[in-house]
Amino acid sequence: MNRPGWRQMGLWAGLASAAGLVAAAAFRPGHATAVPGGPVGDLLEDEPASRGPLRSKPDPNHLGHRAGAGNRQHNTEHGERGTASKRIIAGYGFWIFLLSDIIMFAAFFAAYAVLSGETAGGPAGKDLFDLKVTAVETGCLLLSSFACGVASIGAQTRRGAWFYGGMAATLVLGTVFLGLEVWEFAGLVARDAGPGRSAFLSAFFALVGCHGLHVGVGLLWLTTMMAQVWAKGYRPDILRRMLCFSLFWHALDIIWVAVFTIVYLMGSGA
Amino acid sequence: MLGKLTWAAIPLDRPIVMVASGTVGLVLASVVGLIIWKGWAPYLWREWITSVDHKRIGVMYCLLALVMLLRGFTDALMMRSQQALALHSGGFLPPEHYNQVFSAHGTMMIFFVSMPFVVGLMNFAVPLQLGVRDVAFPTLNSVSFWLTATGALLVNISLLVGEFARTGWLPYPPLSELTYSPGVGMDYYLWALQIAGVGTLLSGVNLVTTILKVHAPGMTYLRMPMFCWTSLASNLLIVAAFPILTATFSMLLLDRYLGFHFFTNEAGGNAMMFMNLIWAWGHPEVYILILPVFGVFSEVISTFSRKPLFGYRSMVTATMVICVLAFSVWLHHFFTMGAGGDVNAIFGIASMVIAVPTGVKVFNWLFTMYGGRIVFNTPLLWAVGFMVTFVIGGMTGVLLAVPPADFVLHNSLFLVAHFHNVVIGGVLFGAFAGYTYWFPKAFGFKLHEGLGRKAFWLWISGFYVAFMPLYVLGLQGMTRRMQHYDVAGWRPWLLVAGIGALLILAGILTQIAQLVVSIRNREELRDLTGDPWNGRSLEWATASPPPAYNFAVLPNVEGEDAYWTVKEAARARHALREEPEYVAIEVPRNSPTGVICAFFATMIGFALIWHIWWMAGVGLLGAWATFVVFAWRDRTEYEIPAEEVARMDRANRGERTTALARAQAVP
Repeated sequence: MNRPGWRQMGLWAGLASAAGLVAAAAFRPGHATAVPGGPVGDLLEDEPASRGPLRSKPDPNHLGHRAGAGNRQHNTEHGERGTASKRIIAGYGFWIFLLSDIIMFAAFFAAYAVLSGETAGGPAGKDLFDLKVTAVETGCLLLSSFACGVASIGAQTRRGAWFYGGMAATLVLGTVFLGLEVWEFAGLVARDAGPGRSAFLSAFFALVGCHGLHVGVGLLWLTTMMAQVWAKGYRPDILRRMLCFSLFWHALDIIWVAVFTIVYLMGSGA
Repeated sequence: MLGKLTWAAIPLDRPIVMVASGTVGLVLASVVGLIIWKGWAPYLWREWITSVDHKRIGVMYCLLALVMLLRGFTDALMMRSQQALALHSGGFLPPEHYNQVFSAHGTMMIFFVSMPFVVGLMNFAVPLQLGVRDVAFPTLNSVSFWLTATGALLVNISLLVGEFARTGWLPYPPLSELTYSPGVGMDYYLWALQIAGVGTLLSGVNLVTTILKVHAPGMTYLRMPMFCWTSLASNLLIVAAFPILTATFSMLLLDRYLGFHFFTNEAGGNAMMFMNLIWAWGHPEVYILILPVFGVFSEVISTFSRKPLFGYRSMVTATMVICVLAFSVWLHHFFTMGAGGDVNAIFGIASMVIAVPTGVKVFNWLFTMYGGRIVFNTPLLWAVGFMVTFVIGGMTGVLLAVPPADFVLHNSLFLVAHFHNVVIGGVLFGAFAGYTYWFPKAFGFKLHEGLGRKAFWLWISGFYVAFMPLYVLGLQGMTRRMQHYDVAGWRPWLLVAGIGALLILAGILTQIAQLVVSIRNREELRDLTGDPWNGRSLEWATASPPPAYNFAVLPNVEGEDAYWTVKEAARARHALREEPEYVAIEVPRNSPTGVICAFFATMIGFALIWHIWWMAGVGLLGAWATFVVFAWRDRTEYEIPAEEVARMDRANRGERTTALARAQAVP
């Protein structure tokens, strides 16, 4: 029987692709600039150059300082150009926020990992999960991310059909996802497998429910966003919000990939 | 209609509570009355409450911290007098009240004194030091502040309406579960901190983005003042640690409200998971508090030694090393969990390793002073007092990091003495140093020097008298949080500790007097140049108080100690730089979004505590509507015309020219 081995490989592949998505997305706002060397990239590149002059000048009062503080020969260092554009600041700040959100999910994942075996004599994951339903959910969410990407491009190029069409498709797919999740939860509660049944089910409902809550908030944001573009047009500040919204929506996808893998795939096999 | 809320929630039968809340209510009512009577309300609304200016928000954070310090310290006095009395007797506080007092003391001091104080200092000083006009997201900054204030308000409402938690400042389950804490006290704690925690997280996101993305031209990372670096580390920790707190409290709330089983004794819940999660936030939290004040001390020591900071780069490295290691030691808070010798050894060693970068910092400060032309002003006194006190606290910390010793000292007064040693001797002294140091920048006049020195000596002697006995008591086996005790030998030490608390009280009263006297004599203490301490970083390059836009023209940074190099050049040239070409400046418009959000957050929090579900729904709807209204604004900025900028900057340049001439006339 080498099936567990395959499953593990699948898990690792899933985690690795999730990490890759995070990394790729994290660098997105930076690459949007026309400035040579994105704001994240040149921080790393400049490290050796800026360390150079330290060794060459032994002035005791300036120990540990850049030698000749006034010289400007290394003016490619980060921050030299001053404040970044509003678009970069908004996207960057929102990504920092999303990272904090991902850490919050990490805590719920940790709790799930600790409690996933604590079924207290009640049903375990393999008795409850229906992978067909979750596969449909996953498909909806991944497609909605694509639709959201289409809407972003529509907003950037100011093409209403693409923007509203993409947003509407995102809305429909997100609603289907959420509806399926609510239906799944209702079914579990009806079968006496609600969150109060065992610690495992508590952790399950909290983790998956927290993701669902995010999707719900995202849908509210989405409709507000559409109304705003409809009322105000493609103003720069509204486009910045659209950037943040699409970051948010894609981040929810990343988290769902982890939920699907760790909760449903691993749970229904265990 | 009103959920669990009835008239029985007001403790009419408990005179101490009624007198305390009556006094608070009276003070509050008279302050509001005075504001209305004097006609200050429109000014306060326009210039402060709706302000999105980082300096004003910083000042309001510090003010919140100072007011809450009075509340938290009152709790401390009650505990000290209870323990001084309670040998073979019940003392004057019944057990359930005493438990609320120590819980409220810890909660107040960490979340509503230390946190707002350091966040306030960072908000005030970081954009000025970076040479920019504001933080990355000004309105979000106002929202953050008002959410923190909401948390403080809810904790204080619990004084009169209902009760507060009886579980200690970190609510360990299963005690904090519904079975053992059925009252609303626990819910007050949880919702107040959830709301304040969101505020802190948003302010962390804001400051990280500001420090990494918003700079004056030429302000590279390795030219930033040390305070910006330590603020960066602290805010990175906020972003990485506060979500864990939110998640952990959410789990406890789910347990309490919806019958989940995260931490219960039944159905497979795991109480130790709470300890692990809460300290995965809680240990980084102590570095969130201490790192910014390390930055304050770096600024103060370098300024008053008239020398650049020794070992700037090693200081940056040490800061970032602490930032990373902060996440690797949480288990030392519960070595007694029984994780086994190997696990405890790893966490013990990791804890000791943190002493290394901290030691690097202490030596850097000492070497900065070495050979400097030292001016012993109040901020430097706080800094020197800190170095001595903090090293003692650090050493007892290393002692506690040895697992076998920790098994003996766990939850004893030795531990209480240790963390007060580092929090008072570190965070609070640093906050006071920063308060004295930046006060003239914020208001345009210095604080009274003599009273400042007196306050320092009262505080530091009070600290030693109050907490050194607790080390002894801890070694004698007295545990923390005792409402009464039967060991006669402990009594003398507790009396000494009580005297120490009174000395600290005298210190606090001196500080209040200092503030009053300084405001009265502000004309004599006035600083017109904007550079009262002969400072080195950019906040001293502008007027005091700085205009809304901070700098008439964004400074062009050409090295470390950015303003010092400018002054050197001016001294060499016997003149200031050429007058720049003034242009109109766009400043963000004020917005009531923050305070309205806080109104609805208070409503949501209060409703959830008392199970008034419809009101929680109304609050959520209101909060969403507030955001939509904010998002629908068309004008987000207003313009300050070039003539106005020129007028204000010329006035300040005139003062600086006079100061330069005066300095150069003296040989």
